[in-house]
Amino acid sequence: MSAIDPVTLAVIQAALGQVCNEMDIAFSRAAFSPVIAEADDRSSGIYHLTTGALISQGELGLPVFVGTMQYSTAELIRLIGEGKAGAPQPGDIYILNDPYLGGTHLMDVRFALPFYYRDQPYCWLQNTGHWPDIGGMVPGGFSAKATEVEQEGLRLPPVKLFKRGTMDAEIFAILNANMRIAEQRIGDIKAQAAALKVGERRLTELLDRYGRDVVTAAALEIHARAARLMRAHIAAIPDGTYRSEAFVDSDGVVNEPLKIALTVSKADETLRFDFAGSSPPCKGPMNSVVATTYSAVYLAMRHIFPDVPLSAGAFEPLEIARPVGTFLDARYPRPVSGCAAEVSQRIAEAVFLALVAAIPDKVTAAPAGSSGNFALGGFDPAKGKGYVMYQISGGGYGGNADHDGLTNGCSTIGISKSQPVEVLEQYYPVLFKRFALREGSGGAGAQRGGFGVHYEVELLRGEARASFVMDHGRFGPPGVLGGADGAPNVVRVHRAGATLVPEHLSKDQDIPLTPGDRVEVLTPGGGGYGNPLSRNAALVARDVSRGYYTRNAARALFAVALSEDGSVDQAATDRLRQACSARPREGGN
Amino acid sequence: MRRVAGVDVGGTFTDLLLHEAGPEGIRVRLAKIPTTSANQADGVLAAIAQAAVAPSALDLIIHGTTTTTNAVLERKVARVGLITTRGFRDTLELGRRTRPRAYGMTGTFEPLISRERRLEVDERVDAKGGVVVPLDERQLDAAVRRLLAMDCESLLIHFLHAYANPTHELRAGEIARQLWPSPYVTLGHQLLSEFREYERGTTASVNAAVQPILDRYVRRLQSELKRQGFERDLLVMNGNGGTVAARLVARDAAKTIMSGPASGVMAAAATLAQSGIRNAITYDMGGTSTDVALVHGGVPQVSAEIAIDYGLPIHVPMVDVKSVGAGGGSIASINAAGMLQVGPQSAGSDPGPVCYGRGGVEPTITDANLVLGRLHPHELLAVTGKVTVADVRHLFAQKLARPLGIDVDAAAAAVIRLGNTHMAGAIRMVSLARGLDPRDFTLFAFGGAGPLHAVALARELGLPQVLVPARPGLTNALGCLVADLRQDFVNTLNVALDAADMRQVEAILTEQRERGLAINAEEQSEIVETIVLYGADMQFRGQTHLMRVMLPGPDVSRQTVQALFEAAYHARFQVRLPEIEAVLVNLTTSVIGRRPAFPIASLLEPALRALRVEDAVVDERQLFADGRWQTAQVFDRGRLPIGARLTGPAIVQQMDATTIIEPGATASVDAIGNLQIRVGSAP
Repeated sequence: MSAIDPVTLAVIQAALGQVCNEMDIAFSRAAFSPVIAEADDRSSGIYHLTTGALISQGELGLPVFVGTMQYSTAELIRLIGEGKAGAPQPGDIYILNDPYLGGTHLMDVRFALPFYYRDQPYCWLQNTGHWPDIGGMVPGGFSAKATEVEQEGLRLPPVKLFKRGTMDAEIFAILNANMRIAEQRIGDIKAQAAALKVGERRLTELLDRYGRDVVTAAALEIHARAARLMRAHIAAIPDGTYRSEAFVDSDGVVNEPLKIALTVSKADETLRFDFAGSSPPCKGPMNSVVATTYSAVYLAMRHIFPDVPLSAGAFEPLEIARPVGTFLDARYPRPVSGCAAEVSQRIAEAVFLALVAAIPDKVTAAPAGSSGNFALGGFDPAKGKGYVMYQISGGGYGGNADHDGLTNGCSTIGISKSQPVEVLEQYYPVLFKRFALREGSGGAGAQRGGFGVHYEVELLRGEARASFVMDHGRFGPPGVLGGADGAPNVVRVHRAGATLVPEHLSKDQDIPLTPGDRVEVLTPGGGGYGNPLSRNAALVARDVSRGYYTRNAARALFAVALSEDGSVDQAATDRLRQACSARPREGGN
Repeated sequence: MRRVAGVDVGGTFTDLLLHEAGPEGIRVRLAKIPTTSANQADGVLAAIAQAAVAPSALDLIIHGTTTTTNAVLERKVARVGLITTRGFRDTLELGRRTRPRAYGMTGTFEPLISRERRLEVDERVDAKGGVVVPLDERQLDAAVRRLLAMDCESLLIHFLHAYANPTHELRAGEIARQLWPSPYVTLGHQLLSEFREYERGTTASVNAAVQPILDRYVRRLQSELKRQGFERDLLVMNGNGGTVAARLVARDAAKTIMSGPASGVMAAAATLAQSGIRNAITYDMGGTSTDVALVHGGVPQVSAEIAIDYGLPIHVPMVDVKSVGAGGGSIASINAAGMLQVGPQSAGSDPGPVCYGRGGVEPTITDANLVLGRLHPHELLAVTGKVTVADVRHLFAQKLARPLGIDVDAAAAAVIRLGNTHMAGAIRMVSLARGLDPRDFTLFAFGGAGPLHAVALARELGLPQVLVPARPGLTNALGCLVADLRQDFVNTLNVALDAADMRQVEAILTEQRERGLAINAEEQSEIVETIVLYGADMQFRGQTHLMRVMLPGPDVSRQTVQALFEAAYHARFQVRLPEIEAVLVNLTTSVIGRRPAFPIASLLEPALRALRVEDAVVDERQLFADGRWQTAQVFDRGRLPIGARLTGPAIVQQMDATTIIEPGATASVDAIGNLQIRVGSAP
């Protein structure tokens, strides 16, 4: 490799990242799907011509896509090589969403553009966008009851949606005939293709400016440097073997918890991840395809070391044993709609829980870790139209070495905001009775967990069906280093004077509602960090005055006694804490 | 003789520009003194004194203050109580499920109103404005008394869907005002009548939190000015780039947030207009951050979706200034993989760059400028004198050059180049997010460090031209002098255009106009012309981003609105979507009372200008550019004659800024004294 000067290297690294950021922005600004435009559920990147390895990815993309697109690019390259996908021509754009070909769930539709520089193939540009619907048995695609992928929607192998710059009207007609709210999809397709074209122009300019050889050499060197940086971070982790377990409540069909067993071994400058002992593939949609499993590990590591660039090199020192035979390596026709939104977050949680013992200053206790999907589909007689309302929810983050966990944080794998109550009430026949902080939900700790959300919504008109894909209903997000677990997720459906709790706690589908019925959801609090007895008593008093905890909870969880006026009763607190530390505590992780 | 003073209080300096117009012509006086943080009013009076004029001799003072912005950022705000709809006391704390950074599961957020001071009452209005639960006035009365007992100074009443029907908020306000001992009562729909309860409520909470602080500050300033004999008009800058009478400013105190950066952009727009330039990116580089904004078609771009800080969106129309976390203090380092990095860490102003001699030990962009002769040692080392250029070079050698295997000059040049690359990326994002190609724009460079980097940055961005104004370091004060009286209003409709009641549209726009005219009437003598701009925020059904469409007037037809929206959408996205329904989301009105134009040409004293460009040369020094040391002439900005042409490498010095004209660039002094630089390319 020609020696590339360090300045040009840094400048090209920044410039490649810029190309991706600009693709992200162009996609969001022009997209119709609120999931893309408002929630930024999309990502863009540059991939190696022959291996598909990630060269650069935008910082504005959805975190869960950190690793996946390089696998789908690799699969596309393989299929082209085997003659199972058409050979690329300039101006082509492939469309694919097959989860088993380096994907996530069917709703994440990938567009791949073969990039040519001066008529020679140079690399791939790819983006992913979450489409609001892709067909399947429920609107939106998140069926909690699907038992095969065909029930989850239309599955696309890589086909050329654009051929030499022109959209294939016949493929478009097939897409259009197989998804709900199809009239808006043309807007999204145009936006998704136009974003790749923005990347094409900007990358061409970059190559014109620095020359093909220099950019190629820089890309190689960036890959090597990213690996070096990750290795340097790993080197600071004490050698050893770290174990953790995380549980998905159930697969939605069979009411048994799914176990993620993780062993992380650190030796030299490598981290080895082994999921042996995890549950076998499941009947319902909580399977993960292997690309999503890998991506979840990368995502968790980037949450721990946010300064590592998004490049395949950063993943090199992370050796993941393919979890063959487990639900983390689902094969056709296992249903997978829950993998991106829920299972990936349990995998990230397992990584956090394993490594917190090794690097306690870099890792937090478990966050709520659920996307909190609640879908309400029905018919609004006042508008004479059907509707589907999606409500996503945040929860508490885990406490960490420096701070209490954040309240109502976004899902671990996402960056999407939830919709305002005023907007939901404008569009759908519902009235929220409350949208509140969930008191007491943060796991006790020296630094406590953040709080979840407690909302309650009433159906006003027409009939409707409620579906839920959430998690952490069976067990709350674990506390660490002596901290207590956050409160688990709760779903209650109040119908005709009776309260229904879903059998699977956090997952259910098509619960019929009539006007006046209410859905109540309490999202998880974050896990606590460190021994609650060492929490600053004044902060406990503050938390009680704010109504975060009751006086009784202050005494029971933190061993803090308060005076009449709410201030700390220091003498009584000292006695309580001495008595507590005299007997062994349990709990934590 | 008429004397108008523009006084801007910034983070570091308080700047004054005094415009005197009389029979003998026009004169401008300047003052620059360190900001007095404890009481900004002291600095204002000191600046007036430094300009050698008695306050009693002034006809008008236009004032930009950071009082409210600082209060929010430092959370030194008034104690506020909130009364809200039952079930929704936590709206301001929960936000919309976010985290501060995409990567990293940490972060903290404290709302401006702590939870124990957030109370609920029975009341509920639905999305159409219908009353679901009537307001319980007894509960309200009790809640007000409870908040008073908790020593709240300011009260916020924020009810769900008050934008659709404000009756409950208005009635609650009426009751509360009878009990509340001060005028500090804010209603949620008062600043903007727009849907989205968290954003509207947060905006209102910011108002309630800074209202007493701004009110006290303005009163103190007015009384101190009065003691010194000034009893004329005082106008205060708002974040929308316009001004409002001091007597009225505290009511909507939140509107003064970010008014400093807005002033700079207003000054840029006025300067550009008088130089005949319509499209520019304004670039104000300071020590810790850089402010970037767009002037498009002569008009500063406005946004109603600015965030002051994480979790603190403020949705009133403001000049859309984006702050980029890179400045002269950005630190250069080598990471564990041997890659050069610039930022995001900053040495800030304390300890600041190494060359400040305040104990900084990490090399920064400012230090790199010093190493390369781009900044003059004497200007900076004056800070303490403890650190020499040799010391800085030694540090660059040790921390950057040796690990990278290059020499000190190359390392310093690399720091500047990488800093510019990041800055260019950030600027591209600002313009692209608005669908504009930055290459059609002029770079308007100001602030202490803007003109140092502008030519290299413009080349990085592919911009053909840079404009450096006459007084790059006094731009915000100039913004005060040129600002118009401006009031903006927003009301949410959110109906399909086909279903909109066009008489209601006309009624809302007319009412917005009347409110604006009434506020501006407070300063009628200052207004030479009133302009009213009507707009509609629109989208296609199913979209979430809004597009602003300007309307010809309140009595506009449905067909006209549809046609205007389709044309604007096509211009932006090159897509026509006839099959999708258009939605009329917000109606907006801006009432602008134009003040007399300020002659930009008077900013540099004509009498001081040399006749020949050679006579403006004051020095020459070695400048490192394009990989080698080159001799550059140093020009005194004030002595450059109109029409003078300079060829790079050259350095232009003035009191508060240094402009680098890189080799390959050519500069000329335009008719009103601005430096216009064709950036060309490196030779």
